[in-house]
Formats: sequence, structure tokens, C-alpha cells
Amino acid sequence: MSKILIRGAKVLGGEPQDVLVDGETIAEVGTGLGAEGAQVIEADGKILLPGLVDLHTHLREPGREDSETVLTGTRAAASGGYTAVFAMANTFPVADTAGVVEQVWRLGKEHGYCDVQPIGAVTVGLEGKQLSELGAMHDSAAGVTVFSDDGKCVDDAVIMRRALEYVKAFGGVVAQHAQEPRLTEGAQMNEGVVSAELGLGGWPAVAEESVIARDVLLAEHVGSRVHICHLSTAGSVEIVRWAKSRGIDVTAEVTPHHLLLTDELVRSYNPVYKVNPPLRTERDVLALREALADGTIDIVATDHAPHPHEDKDCEWAAAAMGMVGLETALSVVQHTMVETGLLDWAGVAERMSFKPARIGSLAGHGRPIAPGEPANLTLVDSAYRGVVDPAGFASRSRNTPYEGRELPGRVTHTFLRGRATVVDGKLA
Amino acid sequence: MKRHLISAADLSRDDAVLILDTAEEMARVADRPIKKLPTLRGRTVVNLFFEDSTRTRISFEAAAKRLSADVINFSAKGSSVSKGESLKDTALTLEAMGADAVVIRHHASGAPYRLANSGWIDGAVVNAGDGTHEHPTQALLDAFTMRRRLVGPDAGLGKDLSGRRITIVGDVLHSRVARSNVHLLTTLGAEVTLVAPPTLVPVGVESWPCEVSYDLDQVLPKSDAVMMLRVQRERMNAAFFPTEREYARRYGLDADRMAKMPEHAVVMHPGPMNRGMEITAEVADSVRCTAVEQVANGVSTRMAVLYLLLGGSEPAVATNHARTEENK
Repeated sequence: MSKILIRGAKVLGGEPQDVLVDGETIAEVGTGLGAEGAQVIEADGKILLPGLVDLHTHLREPGREDSETVLTGTRAAASGGYTAVFAMANTFPVADTAGVVEQVWRLGKEHGYCDVQPIGAVTVGLEGKQLSELGAMHDSAAGVTVFSDDGKCVDDAVIMRRALEYVKAFGGVVAQHAQEPRLTEGAQMNEGVVSAELGLGGWPAVAEESVIARDVLLAEHVGSRVHICHLSTAGSVEIVRWAKSRGIDVTAEVTPHHLLLTDELVRSYNPVYKVNPPLRTERDVLALREALADGTIDIVATDHAPHPHEDKDCEWAAAAMGMVGLETALSVVQHTMVETGLLDWAGVAERMSFKPARIGSLAGHGRPIAPGEPANLTLVDSAYRGVVDPAGFASRSRNTPYEGRELPGRVTHTFLRGRATVVDGKLA
Repeated sequence: MKRHLISAADLSRDDAVLILDTAEEMARVADRPIKKLPTLRGRTVVNLFFEDSTRTRISFEAAAKRLSADVINFSAKGSSVSKGESLKDTALTLEAMGADAVVIRHHASGAPYRLANSGWIDGAVVNAGDGTHEHPTQALLDAFTMRRRLVGPDAGLGKDLSGRRITIVGDVLHSRVARSNVHLLTTLGAEVTLVAPPTLVPVGVESWPCEVSYDLDQVLPKSDAVMMLRVQRERMNAAFFPTEREYARRYGLDADRMAKMPEHAVVMHPGPMNRGMEITAEVADSVRCTAVEQVANGVSTRMAVLYLLLGGSEPAVATNHARTEENK
């Protein structure tokens, strides 16, 4: 078995320590550990985090391999410091059967860059009418526990109620894409001052907030837990805060882009800023950061949404919604949360590894950096400053809103069960 | 002036006055036996229309032809665009053909901005109406019409619309004409009031440099010009208002309401009019209504825009040029 000694790493941002990895597990954590028979990595004060876990990734395979595949998506994930990603169900065909989720799961295992945990569709074809065979997907080799129609909202209150109830039988959770469909017909961007000037169809905050309010009340009524995808408004934060204070079993995620970018960027009409839910206002951004810091929002999830160049190199209305995010997420979180003093690195580990793994009931990930635990680790050079250049992305797609922007931090090493997937910032 | 005309907000007060003054010169050419100037000889103007708009297209076509430009009309219908060609590829095609200016009408807000700023083409881009965003040449021809009527063709030269009170009535939410007019009229010193049912006023309007009212009768006596916007009947299917009749009763302009306007005030309409909806036939056909005049002024104004974007420093109309300079 191969041994690796990571020397002088600030574990969760604490005092420098040595971490000895033996085979697939962490053997020892301490100071002055011996290096006999081990390959030594001089961490030199870099930050050591548990391997990151993304609860919200679009890998596009099967069906849209022109934008991403399980291979390219997991390579992008490893580059960004992730050791596990949850793959959303809106593929072609939709991941609404045991067959499709097992295919995605197997592809992830074969490639070996990052564990892929498929998410199952709540309803057949994401159509919101009939429940998918949720139990069959859970019982499959893929062992699905998270269900979502993401991209579409489960807007029928009865279907949502039944889904919340049904998955209790096997400890599942429904992740809701909160978007009232009638209020967002023709929606192109956040409804407000900027949409009024630009003449683009508005996506009002209330279309998200009203669904979240309904769903936390449904979860309370039937005694289920519910997860809210990509919270984007200050009002949504207030509702989730209220629900948690009432003891409702709700968790919520925020994307990196909603922590940093605002709808002012849409003035460029550059579709790289087109995303769903849309970029909101400065006030929303600040509320989301605060909520992530105080735990109202539990986790950061990327909503990594690759699109081919031609789907963004066009007029705004014709463009696809979504941004890639796996390779920049940690940098954006460092920039918006750590360097603003809102979170320390232990807080980042909680929100980008421990908690997402718990929400998704994912064994072997989001574990403490301690002897006997799986060696899923991410080493971060937090002192690094660099300009984002999508040409260097491992993702097949380049639709990043950060091109040309300086962001801090760089993942230098990623280990998946003791095996390096990234070494010195390059894919192994 | 900037190289493109995408938004009325791109124009400074001096830019706007220069365009109106130049349009006044162009209007005089229209009174000559030969209505043609050699100014843009050898230049190519493409009318790229992704949306049907015969009125706007022929206005730009007449403007370009009177300046002796070569005009190519590219309509999205029946062309490769309807077969799925992207805006980008269409733009590259026009660029390869050597278009000096592209006049674009598009159903998507921001399409002209993308065309001008994506590096797809080198030529000047003129926005001839994009989605529910802007229609700057319409605002210019409206301002030109107001200045002529309220100040006078000669007396107006070099002047803006300071202190004039302009009321814009109707479907502001979906109106590119309203957005461009708010920008331009404010730049020219006018005070703008928008009147509409609350459903047809955009959320976020509070940041616009204008007043908003839901009560037409209250605003009319204080208006120097009242601009009636076209209201599409289909809007009522989306519950923006209950019925056509209710809309007409509350927000339509009829003879009784027109009588509440000051003696000198004019009624404007960008066309095409929905007679019986936002405007009665009696008002539309009255001498106070400038709708037909606006069409004529549209050609002069668009000549001025094309000349200033493409013609550079050469005088447009040699004989009248000196006088215009004096008045600036």
C-alpha cells in the first residue's frame, strides 16, 4: 500500500500538522510524523480540507455530451477540490428510472476522478404529474436518496406533498427548485430596477419565496425533511430562518454566483450572466452571505451548468440558462466568505463537505480529518491570486461568469480515497 | 456621438440637439424637386429585420436612399434565419458583404447591443426596435415633432425641450417607445409623466427619471404633448386589464378628454393606431394629432442619424449648413 505524508498543512485552517495517508485511509494526524516509505507533499502552510462535496451538479450525460460528460465533469470537480458530486436528474433521458441512475453511477466509478452520486427525478420526465419509481432508484446500485426535478419546480402541491411523504420510507429527501411557473412565464432576469430598464421579462423574488413558504409548511405538516436548491433572495432567507426556528426539518443551499454577482451585470446583455434562478440585487447577495455564515443556509452547492459555446454566443433571450462552477466555487467562497471574515476554514469545510454529505446521506464523504477516516482530502493554496482563464478548465464547457476576474485560492491537491486526482494544480 | 445608436441614453443633450437640427436640414431637402443627396454614395446600409415592421423598414429605406446609400433589405422571414441561422452567423454574413451600417429590428431585447459589442461586425449598428427595450429613432422623431410643433421649425434650431411637460399613456411595461422617450425627453430637459394601469407599469419604474400616474384626467390639463401608446388587445388575455372597453374608458383618449388639454398641446401616436382602443377616430383624425406628421419626420430624423453615424464630417447639405452652425 502506498503512503503519503502531507507535511505542515493547516487542517481546517488550524495550526500546521502532518497528515499520514496509508492506502485509502488517514493513518495519523500529528506533528513531526515520520516519512518512512511515504511520498512527501510539503504543504507549507496550505489549508487542508475534507474533500468537497457538491450536492448540485449537472453532468449532462446521458444526452448532452456536447456540453459535459461524466468524465469531463468529474475531472472539473476534482480540479475544484471535490471528491463527490451529486448529479442532477435533468438529462436526456431523464434520470427517472433505476436504469439511468445506475448508468451515471457506473460511469463515475469507471472514470475514478470523483464519486458520482446520482439524483433521481421526483416525477416522470420532470413533468410534475406522476411520481417516478423513487423506491426502485433508491434500491438500485446507485442507492439514490436525493430526489429533484431541478430545472423545473414540483409546483403541484399534492405531488410535492406525496413525494415528501413517500421518501420517508427510505430516508430520502426532496430537493426543490423553487419557481412558481406562472409568475415566471417568459422570465429572463431578476424583476426589478434593471429589468425595467433593459426591457427583459422579470423573474420576481416572490416566485421563489412563495414556493419555499408552501414547501416548508408542507414538510412540517407531513413531518418530512425538505431541501431547497439555490436560494437566491433575501426573502427566501427570512422564510427558511423562520421555518428553522419553528423546528421544521429544512436545509438550504446557495450557489457561489449568488454570493458574488448581481443583476447589474445583465446590463451587458452577455448571456454568460443568464442563470436560473437569476442574479439578484446587492441586498440579496449580502443577505445570502449572512445567512450562510449564521447557518440559516446550510451549504454551498455549485449548480454547475455547462452549456456549449453556441448556446451562449447569441442574443440574451435565445441563450441557455446556467453557469459552470465546479472549478471556481472554492475561490468564490474564499473571496466572499473567508476574506470578508464571515467564515473560517472550518466553517467552509462544514458548508462544502460535512453538511452536504449529511444532507445527501453520502457515506465515506464529509468525514473529519482523523485517523481511520477515508482519505478524501483537498489541499488549498489560499495565498494564491490568479485571473480566471476558462481555457484552462477541465470542464468541456467554458460558460463561466468569472472570466478575467481575479479570484483568490487554488486547489493544489485532491485525494480520492488516498489516490491523488490533482497534483500541483494539475489533474493526475 | 458614439459609433452606434443602441439606446436613447447613449445620446448627450448636444448629440440629441445636433440630430434634431440635422433632421431639420434633411426635412428641407424633402421640399426640393429632387429629394436626393449624394452624401452616402457607395456606402451600404442593411436593414436587418427579424420582426415584421413594414413602417419602420420603409422609413429607414427611404432615409438611406435619399442619402444615395445602397440599401439591402434582409428580412428574417423566408431567409436562412428562419432555418435556424444564428444572429452571429447572420452578422458575419453581412460583415462579409461589406455593410457600413446595420439597422436592426429584433424581437429580443438587447440583440442590437450584442450585435454592436460582440466583435461580430465592424459597421455601425442602429437599433430599430429591440423587444421591449428601446426604439431610439422613434424617440428622436417624436422629439423632432414636438420641437417643431411646440417651438417651431426655425425657432427650434439649437434648442431642446426644457420645461415642456410630456405625458406618455398606455402599455409602458411592454413599450420600447416609452423607454426610449423617457431617456431622450429627460436628456432634452422635458418633464415626463407616464400614465397607465398599474399592471402595465414595470416593477422598478421608481428608478426612472419621470413621474408615474394612474389618473389620465388629472394629468391632461398639465400636458404640452400627450403620446398615446399602442395597446395590444391580447394583453387582456393575460389579465393586464379586464376588457377593451374598460381600458378605453379609463385610459383611452377621446374628444372630451382632449378638450381638457391646453390649447397648444398636441396628441401623438407612434402607430399603428388601435382606433377605438387607446384613441378614438375623432382624436386620431383631428388637427392636433401628429401621427401622420411623425411618419414624415421619421424619414428626416433617420436620414440625420445615418448621416451623422456614417457621413462623418462632410456637410450634409452644403447650402444650409452655415445657417445651422450659427444657430447652435
